[in-house]
Amino acid sequence: MKPILEMRSITKEFPGVLALDDVNLTVNTGDIHAICGENGAGKSTLMKVLSGVYPHGSYAGDIVFEGEVVEFKDIRQSEAAGIVIIHQELALIPELSIAENIFLGNENASGGIISWDRTNRQAIELLARVGLAENPLTPVKHLGVGKQQLVEIAKALSKEVKLLILDEPTAALNDDDSQHLLGLLKGLQDKGITSIMISHKLNEIEQISDAITILRDGKTIETLAVAEDKVDEDRIIRGMVGRDLEHRFPDHEPEIGDVLLEVRNWTVMHPVDGSRTVIDNANLEVHRGEIVGIAGLMGAGRTELARSIFGRSYGSHIEGQLILDGKELHLKSVHAAIEAGIAYLTEDRKALGLNLLDDIKRSVTAAGIDKLRKGLTVDQREEVVVAERYRSSMNIKTPTVNEGVAKLSGGNQQKVVLSKWMYTDPQVLILDEPTRGIDVGAKYEIYGVIQRLAKQGRGVIVISSELPELLGLCDRIYTLAEGRITGELDRAEADQETLMRYMTTTHGQEVRR
Amino acid sequence: MSTASTMKGLLRGNVRQYGMVIALVAIVVFFQIKTDGVLLRPLNVTNLLTQNASILILAIGMVMVIIARHIDLSVGSVAAFIGAIAATMMTKWDIPWLIAVILCLALGAAIGAWHGFWVAYVGIPAFIVTLSSMLLFRGLTLVVLDGATIGNLPKGFQSMGNGFLPEVGPDTDLANLTLVIAALLAVFLVFLEFRKRSSAIRYNFEVLPLPVFYAKLVAIVGAIFWFSYILAQYRGLPIVGLILFVLIGIYSFVMERTIIGRHVYAIGGNVDAATMSGVRTRRIDFLVMTNMGLLAALAGMVTAARLTAANPKAGTNFELDAIAAAFIGGAAVTGGVGTVIGAIIGGFVMGVLNNGMSLMGTSIDWQQAVKGLVLLAAVAFDVWNKKRTSVGGGAGSEDASTSAPPPDDLVDEINQAAVPGTEEVRT
Repeated sequence: MKPILEMRSITKEFPGVLALDDVNLTVNTGDIHAICGENGAGKSTLMKVLSGVYPHGSYAGDIVFEGEVVEFKDIRQSEAAGIVIIHQELALIPELSIAENIFLGNENASGGIISWDRTNRQAIELLARVGLAENPLTPVKHLGVGKQQLVEIAKALSKEVKLLILDEPTAALNDDDSQHLLGLLKGLQDKGITSIMISHKLNEIEQISDAITILRDGKTIETLAVAEDKVDEDRIIRGMVGRDLEHRFPDHEPEIGDVLLEVRNWTVMHPVDGSRTVIDNANLEVHRGEIVGIAGLMGAGRTELARSIFGRSYGSHIEGQLILDGKELHLKSVHAAIEAGIAYLTEDRKALGLNLLDDIKRSVTAAGIDKLRKGLTVDQREEVVVAERYRSSMNIKTPTVNEGVAKLSGGNQQKVVLSKWMYTDPQVLILDEPTRGIDVGAKYEIYGVIQRLAKQGRGVIVISSELPELLGLCDRIYTLAEGRITGELDRAEADQETLMRYMTTTHGQEVRR
Repeated sequence: MSTASTMKGLLRGNVRQYGMVIALVAIVVFFQIKTDGVLLRPLNVTNLLTQNASILILAIGMVMVIIARHIDLSVGSVAAFIGAIAATMMTKWDIPWLIAVILCLALGAAIGAWHGFWVAYVGIPAFIVTLSSMLLFRGLTLVVLDGATIGNLPKGFQSMGNGFLPEVGPDTDLANLTLVIAALLAVFLVFLEFRKRSSAIRYNFEVLPLPVFYAKLVAIVGAIFWFSYILAQYRGLPIVGLILFVLIGIYSFVMERTIIGRHVYAIGGNVDAATMSGVRTRRIDFLVMTNMGLLAALAGMVTAARLTAANPKAGTNFELDAIAAAFIGGAAVTGGVGTVIGAIIGGFVMGVLNNGMSLMGTSIDWQQAVKGLVLLAAVAFDVWNKKRTSVGGGAGSEDASTSAPPPDDLVDEINQAAVPGTEEVRT
């Protein structure tokens, strides 16, 4: 079979990081080709290179599409060639109608005036092709996520797509919608459209793809032909995690005490769509002095679980018990959670962790400012003393604590945020991706801090996409998939393959050990 | 590091702060020359203060609202409404003026709380809520006044707008009390500066070189005495000036030194981060809007007192002047940035422009046009200045990797791609 696409020796470098390292990808015409890899393996970067989001010249290597070397400068050019990418976050405008969305940027117009008759007629045809029985005049906001996904595909079809790229297309869909979508991809395949699908759902990949390319750490590991190689999920997992555990963690002897935090039958609904279950009857516990990991793929509900515990800062209709040190807590706000002794370090440092207009000292004291109350005022001298203390104990590299946090590197910003939570003197710390975007040296320091916190008898929960980090740091690891706790593993019995198997356990499936 | 480069660094870091002071001084000098010295005559300086007092009072509240990333368009109408209510209370219902003032302040706070409720707890943008009140209270003002003007306000009430501190002590041709207050203020400010400096030294912070520090003290003391001397040559410090300076002191203190002030900056800088740090953001939003209502009430009464009457047109466009003052004084449209003193300086820039152009005989239409351009120029300077300092990597940044950060989506990409083990695999 002739390949429709060849990406040869693609190398893409960001300052300080090699995101793609000599990656090769060959997709045969008419195939459904899956790309697998852990979070951060380089899948999305590769697709952005392909679709011109990263223009020609910003990467090394060649892209050969339909036998010709192509040099896309932007998405428009790649779409003109017939490559359409559908991102994980849908790019639809909620207030506009289905038809308007399908032809957005590609309007049926002559002389700048839109022909609505033509637009709507073509929209009806396109909707029929994707099997969506809706009036094209319906605003997109009235559709569920599954149907919105179909509108995206209709939009792609309107551009005469030859190669359709779907990034996590079923991540937000329920089983029925997922199956419909997968069926549609099969149908498109019969009509000669080639698809590339990025997915974490290995059972779906196994079900519909003809070939699978596995990326790891920005490199191509292998390309498997599903039928010939008799690929199953275990085979894919082995490829995804096959790296050696070559990590350095500070030495740590856990001193695990009594149960500190218990979460019982914790169920959380989506904040807007109150009928959608985000966390489904989760149970977990953390002991004093223990570092507990939560492993899960994107969309598994890790952050949602943490934030719902942290003063109900996420979700609606939260049910279940939260027991800290033997006492049941009824937390209604973040403020109450902090007072009760819970801290939560957010995954998104810039959007949720820091006020980038602030200086270091004010950032350090932002959550524990009540401790600095002196009469009516904030004790600003004590504030400096506190900030200085953390500057030296956390090794925050800055000339003074009056420096703006925006000027710090990611690692130092993260140390500031950690200091902020340590200053509240919490009993339980939930750290959401504590080392994301941080260089190796700072990571090591942060691991040391986490271990120190545990040593002091606090309970620490670490959420991370990096399995080696969880394996190196945690005493116990829970796995989360589709909002459910699918496994609980002690440090001794956990390895990457096992974790990945639990993390990809989808609804109704038995865990295979 | 030499003194010169230290100074350069300090100036660069504080262009925001000093830029508007310099602009104000330049404008004053310009009009002083153009008006042959009329601008800074004692009578005119007194007028400058009394005429602009209401706007300046509003600017204090407005800059807080803007720092908290909101806006309040209703203050002019609320001021007029409260003026009308106060006049009605005092002249028609014979309520003693002091009690009327207190009741009206409470009513102003209640109006502010009404805004705060919709903004903080229902989640309607402040622009809409206060636009509604702008119309609502302008209408209610007409209803209360029945379209007419209420005069004959009590003398005590009038003194809030056009009274002066009483004469005390020997007859010196100068207002003695004003000079005494100025001296006390000067001593207090010098004390604060020394205290700040000594604590900065204790914590090893960079401080101004000693000669510069003394020069700054001399400038502060000189400015206070010069200003009070001018006022003392006429009738001394107007009562409304006293009210204003006390408010500036109180609100600067609140914004700089208290937890509430800290939280106002926090929600303006990043409301999500503030929420996740335990700030009760709704409560802060509510307080800031309530406070604005309180100050609008005060401004309304000061206006009525100065004009010795409540009239239906009072306070027209006050909101726009107060908003302009806050922005000229360095507040950021996106919130999180601004100071009370900055807004006051911004208000004086507008006030001196108005006054100076009037003295020069410039027509009202041209005054408006010039003020409009000044607002744009001030904010444009700010934007330009911000870009300049952020692109060049600000003063004191030693880590080369922090300058010129990659765009956000790149950062995310890097973050995602920064998997440990990359290093090992490559070698």
